Amino acid sequence: MSRRILAAGDGAKRSSTVVMGAALAMLALAACTSTAPPPPGQGGQGGPIQVQASDTACEVSATEAPAGNIAFAVQNSGTKITEFYVSGTGDRIIGEVENIGPGLSRQLIVEVPQGGQYTTACKPGMVGDGIRAPFTVTGNTAGSTSQDAVLASAVAGYQRYTNSQIEAGIARTQEFVDAIKAGNVEQAKALFPVSRTYWERVEPVAESFGDIDPRVDGREDDERDPGVAWTGYHRLEKDLWVTGLQPDSAAMGDQLMADLRDLQARAATVALTPVQLANGAKELLDEVATGKITGEEDRYSHTDLWDFRANVDGSQAAVAALRPAIDQRDPALGPTLDQRFADVDALLEQYRSGDGFVLYTQLTEQDKQRMTQAIDALGEPVSQVAGLVTA
Amino acid sequence: MTRSGLRGVSRRRLLGWTGAGAALAGAGAVAGFAAGESASDAPPDPSGGVVPFRGPYQAGIVTPAQDRLHFVALDLTTTDRRAVISLLQRWTTAAERMTAGAEAAPGGAVNRNPEAPPSDTGEALGLPAAALTITFGIGGSLLDKLGIPRPPELADLPPFQQDQLDPALSGGDLCLQACANDPQVAVHAVRNLVRTGFGTTSVRWSQLGFGRTSSTSTAQQTHRNLFGFKDGTNNLKAEEGALLDEHVWVPPPQGPSWMVGGTYLVARRIRMHVETWDRTSLAEQESLTGRTKGEGAPIGQAQEFDLPNLAPDSPIGPDAHIRLASAQNNGGAKILRRGYNFVDGSDGLGHLNAGLFFVAFMRDPHRQFVPMQSQLARFDKMMEYIDHTGSAVFAVPPGLGDGAYWGRTVLEG
Repeated sequence: MSRRILAAGDGAKRSSTVVMGAALAMLALAACTSTAPPPPGQGGQGGPIQVQASDTACEVSATEAPAGNIAFAVQNSGTKITEFYVSGTGDRIIGEVENIGPGLSRQLIVEVPQGGQYTTACKPGMVGDGIRAPFTVTGNTAGSTSQDAVLASAVAGYQRYTNSQIEAGIARTQEFVDAIKAGNVEQAKALFPVSRTYWERVEPVAESFGDIDPRVDGREDDERDPGVAWTGYHRLEKDLWVTGLQPDSAAMGDQLMADLRDLQARAATVALTPVQLANGAKELLDEVATGKITGEEDRYSHTDLWDFRANVDGSQAAVAALRPAIDQRDPALGPTLDQRFADVDALLEQYRSGDGFVLYTQLTEQDKQRMTQAIDALGEPVSQVAGLVTA
Repeated sequence: MTRSGLRGVSRRRLLGWTGAGAALAGAGAVAGFAAGESASDAPPDPSGGVVPFRGPYQAGIVTPAQDRLHFVALDLTTTDRRAVISLLQRWTTAAERMTAGAEAAPGGAVNRNPEAPPSDTGEALGLPAAALTITFGIGGSLLDKLGIPRPPELADLPPFQQDQLDPALSGGDLCLQACANDPQVAVHAVRNLVRTGFGTTSVRWSQLGFGRTSSTSTAQQTHRNLFGFKDGTNNLKAEEGALLDEHVWVPPPQGPSWMVGGTYLVARRIRMHVETWDRTSLAEQESLTGRTKGEGAPIGQAQEFDLPNLAPDSPIGPDAHIRLASAQNNGGAKILRRGYNFVDGSDGLGHLNAGLFFVAFMRDPHRQFVPMQSQLARFDKMMEYIDHTGSAVFAVPPGLGDGAYWGRTVLEG
């Protein structure tokens, strides 16, 4: 949670709804996850492309498909929760399925109107860059590359990202809440930073609903109206790490789930603008600078680096969605952004511990300096995106 | 001349801009403030005007010392030479603009896309150029990182007795010395250059200063340091061209060609324990210094600029500060001092974190500063009242001709 609330103005919503409508009509770039069978004709030989995702491999049954709707059926044969991604230039994610548990199958339909080189990736354990492979899309389908259409597809693409993140976050947070209700403190502690990851990736969207953010991510010392209780992740964090589970901890968990479902319902209908995407990317890095590198956010659990990683993920997703628009306007900025995101990724990897990260309390002053430098280096070019996409 | 996002037309005319997007035509249009004068012999009136950015020597060395300082040392965060060159080009453009009283970049603080962050941070809007100078220096560690041989003069300083150096306040790959007669103008300059550097450089340390402790022109009165004494009476002066050539500017036979006409900058952050000094008797203070506190005359003389009697039997003691630091005591070596007082808040123990940020320019730190500081560190009784807490040496290349950028001759050979 940031101390600044980003309000989505009604006027902005109205005008961008029009843009979004145009985007969906053109189907310039859209993907959806579904458990229903794909319409006939999608994917390689008339059926979905099969993806066998294990803990160590990502076997994709075809490496090429014609432009248009491409369907993937992802089967998790491993022991870890996995994710599957299809991405384009600059790691721009054009479709993903999150939170595929061991033994489960999920389907992904990606709309790829333009031929070219893409990448598929499975992410067992949901960490790192994943197990990647090149994927070729041949031919082209009708689609506009006008600036408006490019921006509209950026918004639509990011909207899908947001919705899938919230969906996955609800599932993981339910596990966290279940552990609390079962009185399993150690399991709940392990799930706390993982369940927050999805929230932290889409935080600017959540913050655009001014009332949800304080309920889900408020701190003990935030100002609240009289009679309003401190709720959300950090209240449960304190219960787990400091005070021990309380009589109302289970009720707090239920409240958190209700608030996340509220977010899900509202996020599904919100109309974002390209500027909100760009500013969201910047604000996520501001969050890192003021909340994570300072250890402010997760002051009881010290799991700030999980949130750091998630904020950068979310920033990169928003920037990647806008990438075609960025490339149209300033061809030099994209490669700079790629490099700076890669620098931050490389730095964070040095603080990996298992599937997670070292605790904030284990960081030295020099570690924090290096993180600050990397975020400063990334934040400046990211701050240029909003101006660029409105130029 | 004022910085103003709303009054750009008059500024553009003054600067000789030819239109939107055009580069600065050069500092010639603003050099009227110093018409017909070269940087080395009769510098411009610094009261609030514009000090020429380009010339045979960098500004901010023999420029009459402005009242305020913001000095920053930066480290490279990359070893990509192209990235460094790109930054130095952007720095040069921004620095030239700001010293002329303009905003750091076209568009500036307010006249741009409202959805974009302003290209200038804005706190100097409406302020005059305030004689801003920005002096650029290169640390030996930068040359090491980029595989460029260090001039021998840029070797690290040896440790001195009683050094209390904090690595976080020492060294640096690059330095920028911003001096102005308005502290906000100096801070604005450094802040915008630091911002430009993100991704290529990061701040290692930075120091604010006030109340110039040295006069660098005969037209200037001698200021006082925080011990209350005049500081820099016997300093090299801008008008002393022959002495500057002898002691400050690197001559053609010395070192790499990119340093000819340049100089070396030694910075020392000297914490002064003003509380204990203030309990010291006037006689003791004057004896330690070797000068009277009021007039600033050498002990035994009447006037500030009277020559000190440094004969062995003179009233100036063997361990007086001015004797130990004198040219006579150091093989004739002189330096151009350009230091500033500082008070960085308090030290958490109830004392002011105060002192002198010593900045000096010279041809060779190892022949000029090192012998002098060795003497002072060993014998100067004033050391009981001071700690050297930071230290750095930088190569300051010569001034820029039209179209040149900082460091070009170093990085492009």
